[in-house]
Amino acid sequence: MTIDIQANSIELGETIIKIDGLNKWYGQFHVLKDINLDVKRGERIVICGPSGSGKSTLIRCINRLEVHQEGSIVVDGILLTEDTKHINDVRREVGMVFQHFNLFPHLTVLENCTLALIWVRKMPKKEAEEIAMRYLERVKIPEQSQKYPGQLSGGQQQRVAIARSLCMNPRVMLFDEPTSALDPEMISEVLDVMVGLAEDGMTMLCVTHEMGFARKVANRVIFMDEGQIVEQNEPEAFFNHPQNDRTRLFLSQILQH
Amino acid sequence: MTDRVRIPLHRDPKARAIAIQLIALSLVVYGAYSLFQTTVGNLVARGIQTGTSFFDEVAPFNIGFSPLLDFKLGESTYIEVFFIGIQNTILVSILGIVAATVLGFIVGVVRLSPNWLASKVALCYIEIFRNVPLLLQIMFWNFAIFLPSLPAPKNSIEIGSFYLNARGLHMPTPIIDNSSGFILWALTLALLTFGLFIFARRAKVRFEETGRRLPVFSINFFAFVFCGFIFYKICGSPLAFDIPELGRFNFKGGGQLPLPLFSLWFALTVYTAAFIAENVRAGIQSVSHGQTEASHALGMSRRDTVRLVVIPQALRVIIPPTISQFLNLTKNSSLAVAVGFEEIVAVWAGISLNQTGQALIIIAMTIAVYECLSLLTSAFLNWYNRRIQLSEL
Repeated sequence: MTIDIQANSIELGETIIKIDGLNKWYGQFHVLKDINLDVKRGERIVICGPSGSGKSTLIRCINRLEVHQEGSIVVDGILLTEDTKHINDVRREVGMVFQHFNLFPHLTVLENCTLALIWVRKMPKKEAEEIAMRYLERVKIPEQSQKYPGQLSGGQQQRVAIARSLCMNPRVMLFDEPTSALDPEMISEVLDVMVGLAEDGMTMLCVTHEMGFARKVANRVIFMDEGQIVEQNEPEAFFNHPQNDRTRLFLSQILQH
Repeated sequence: MTDRVRIPLHRDPKARAIAIQLIALSLVVYGAYSLFQTTVGNLVARGIQTGTSFFDEVAPFNIGFSPLLDFKLGESTYIEVFFIGIQNTILVSILGIVAATVLGFIVGVVRLSPNWLASKVALCYIEIFRNVPLLLQIMFWNFAIFLPSLPAPKNSIEIGSFYLNARGLHMPTPIIDNSSGFILWALTLALLTFGLFIFARRAKVRFEETGRRLPVFSINFFAFVFCGFIFYKICGSPLAFDIPELGRFNFKGGGQLPLPLFSLWFALTVYTAAFIAENVRAGIQSVSHGQTEASHALGMSRRDTVRLVVIPQALRVIIPPTISQFLNLTKNSSLAVAVGFEEIVAVWAGISLNQTGQALIIIAMTIAVYECLSLLTSAFLNWYNRRIQLSEL
């Protein structure tokens, strides 16, 4: 990556996500233990931690793909409850990119991008297609718009998935291990797109093990283990002077190669 | 230097394949030849003349139910019996396929419902009707349920000019009373249909241009029914109705849906729907949960997610095995013999064969009919299947 963003170089705005005393169980298993997290507008947060530590579950709670049992989550002033209207309102504001892309295989790349614009935003088809093409250009694959997802490489599919989320003009983007299902040579094309997003001031929460990305882009790195936030800090401090033993162990394991 | 390595013939896969195929082919040819010889020999020994000459003989029995082709006792010939048999087989198959598809789809979706009770009811339905032999089910509905619970013709249940009794449903049939008025009405209906078609096209264009949607289906449906009725009155009510009347023993006039047709249709529907429901369940479950999550994450409603994301993908898994169920239903309609519905096996391979003794040709023709129906059905559905399957490499 050539672009380097100085941490804190962008002025951070008001709180956009506020998580208070969040607890979640899968049956008997306590996945998230008393999580408190505030995210400011324009903030770029990288969440890392060993597998099973609850990182994915945490960001999936933010657009209620997972239901939490205790605590409160407020996104852009909307409290997440059972109320389906509130849930849909939040989901319109929050884009999500999945590890396995989850593109709709029966629709073309362009149709993948316009589907929600047409059926959620009730937008005319032509206008929706213009917006979709704009974002496909931004992720540098406008020429693939008429193809089906199965005809694209993993990296291209993930870029389409990012464009599909961006079409809804979200205020927050959630990334759930966006590069872990990709071949090594395709990781950078996806990370480049994400860096570009960060430069434009998008609020991002990203679960990833790409520590180079975290160093360059994040203004906060969060380390989770066993359902708790163990440590959080600015990337320089986080990587160079980790405070907690578990953080040190984790970093030594993923950085030693 | 040798550029080819010699392989002994019995280890050369190509030579082995040719040898095996030659042996198999000669066995099949020998089998067919000896079958033919035996048949011809037996026919000659018994002095049976095979041929199609009996086609034009008058059939000495009555056929009670034939909605489209006319049958007159003492005038109609055997070949007409054959076509009436085909007609009735096709009729009950189409009715059964439509009903079984609708019911199967509903049960399959309910089976996956998060509601515990609904899901278990669907499960019971599937396990009961899938596991009991169809012949037993047909006889159960006809002889144990419908026949005893419906009254004799004298005490028919009366709904308007419709009469329901143990022989079936008697109903009025339309007769063209005023032919110029009828033609006028038919023309206005054709124009109306065309107009509504144009409207639907316009509504689609408008949706793509402005994003606003109209309930096209309900508008068209009510417009068709309402305007159709108004035009009917304007054209001077060109239809008269032949209303069934109770005679000494039975109803005269009007049309009749015989009880055996209903029992057969009902049994075929509930039996086949159980299998289709399982196909539907498997199809929906084959769509990965990630697809639903991605759609929800975009803010799509549950209904739009099912309609635009899940069902189109599930159909690709649902259709191929469901084609087999349609074919099964068509072939299973031959069990009508048990309740006396007059489809091809009952009237052609049954009564006609007994009367004429022409087993060879009659059985061959019956086989050919099922073969054709099955091939036509699967050809049509395979075409449809290819159309929806073209994407996704």
